[in-house]
Amino acid sequence: MYAQMVKSDGPSDAELSPEERAFQARIDAGEKIEPKEWMPEGYRKTLIRQIGQHAHSEIVGQLPEGNWITRAPTLERKAILLAKVQDEAGHGLYLYSAAETLGVSRDELFEKLHSGKMKYSSIFNYPTLSWADMGAIGWLVDGAAIMNQVPLQRTSYGPYARAMVRICKEESFHQRQGYSIMMKMARGTEAQREMAQDALNRFWYPSLMMFGPSDKDSVHSAQSMAWKIKMNTNDELRQKFVDETVPQAEYLGLTVPDPDLSWNEDRGHYDFTQPDWDEFFEVLRGNGPCNEERLGARVKAWDDGAWFRDGLNAYADKAAARRLAAKTAAE
Amino acid sequence: MKKEWPLWEVFIRGQHGLNHRHVGSLHAPDAEMAINNARDVYTRRKEGVSIWVVPSSEITASKPSDKGPLFDPAEDKVYRHPTFFDIPDDVGHM
Ligand SMILES: [Fe+2]
Ligand SMILES: [Fe+2]
Repeated sequence: MYAQMVKSDGPSDAELSPEERAFQARIDAGEKIEPKEWMPEGYRKTLIRQIGQHAHSEIVGQLPEGNWITRAPTLERKAILLAKVQDEAGHGLYLYSAAETLGVSRDELFEKLHSGKMKYSSIFNYPTLSWADMGAIGWLVDGAAIMNQVPLQRTSYGPYARAMVRICKEESFHQRQGYSIMMKMARGTEAQREMAQDALNRFWYPSLMMFGPSDKDSVHSAQSMAWKIKMNTNDELRQKFVDETVPQAEYLGLTVPDPDLSWNEDRGHYDFTQPDWDEFFEVLRGNGPCNEERLGARVKAWDDGAWFRDGLNAYADKAAARRLAAKTAAE
Repeated sequence: MKKEWPLWEVFIRGQHGLNHRHVGSLHAPDAEMAINNARDVYTRRKEGVSIWVVPSSEITASKPSDKGPLFDPAEDKVYRHPTFFDIPDDVGHM
């Protein structure tokens, strides 16, 4: 997902302290945990990692789409894509703010992203080669993100849950604008239809990877689920995504690039082929097709903007000093 | 120079004359930029007609540990709600 394979720092098999037990009871009762309240150190650290990674994904996720803003086929499509990408910047900001309530600064999180100590979602390390990719990303990538973000609106940490509510309100526009591009392309000329199919071919398995490898036996996941900062297993969400997406692909007249995809009457779900997990781990390790380019663009934007951030600070300091001087003179 | 922009809390009043409501926070070098950023971050879909920004450092919050002393006293004062009183139907609407 936007936060993949987040390691959680739970109490191992050691006994829960009375404080920890009371904390867990609050979570079990569906209470929200708020910033200044007592929380286990592991809960705080795990959340910083998870929310931070989620925020990084929103920000870095702007890059593959930003690539096409200047090349959108019509002025209207351009304005829509611009609005969509701007939303993602907002999502990053909501999430960094939520992380900051846990006692980490946004600049610290940026530093960790830029130095490679923190990750962003693997999906954004794939290239966007044609306009149809804008369709595939909105439809599949935002669609997969929604699967995970909707249940997170009920997560136990108040600021995180509230950020998710805000994000989910905006996310449905993203998916629909993507699907609308796909509809247009799939019903266009033969060349356009081929572009749409090609985009689906390239984004299908990376989208399935977004949910992360199977975690049904993972200790980290069990702890995160007890804390209600993870609401479903990766496999559950992946299955839900496949079940919802396959009919949408059929409607477009496109073929999901999985010869073994079939409806399983007994299970009431589609059977499907797992993505190549070796590829996933390679991308996480930094060896995806665009890792260097994405992080490079992100670091360059940050460095190139330094003079501007400093300039605005200097201006604010000067104006504050002037206000103070005027106030003292008047007294 | 390495100074992080300070944090601001953002309050928005929606269309229908309700109170300003806390919607989130953001970083900005000064109040004017905080308003500009709040416009971009929190009102892209006509969520508001008025914005307040307050430096986060200026907010005084009640302590979670004071929850009991602050809010428990209201618990046994149900008579503050109109439904506490039974008024016969014969009296008509009240
Ligand atoms: Fe987003
Ligand atoms: Fe999105």
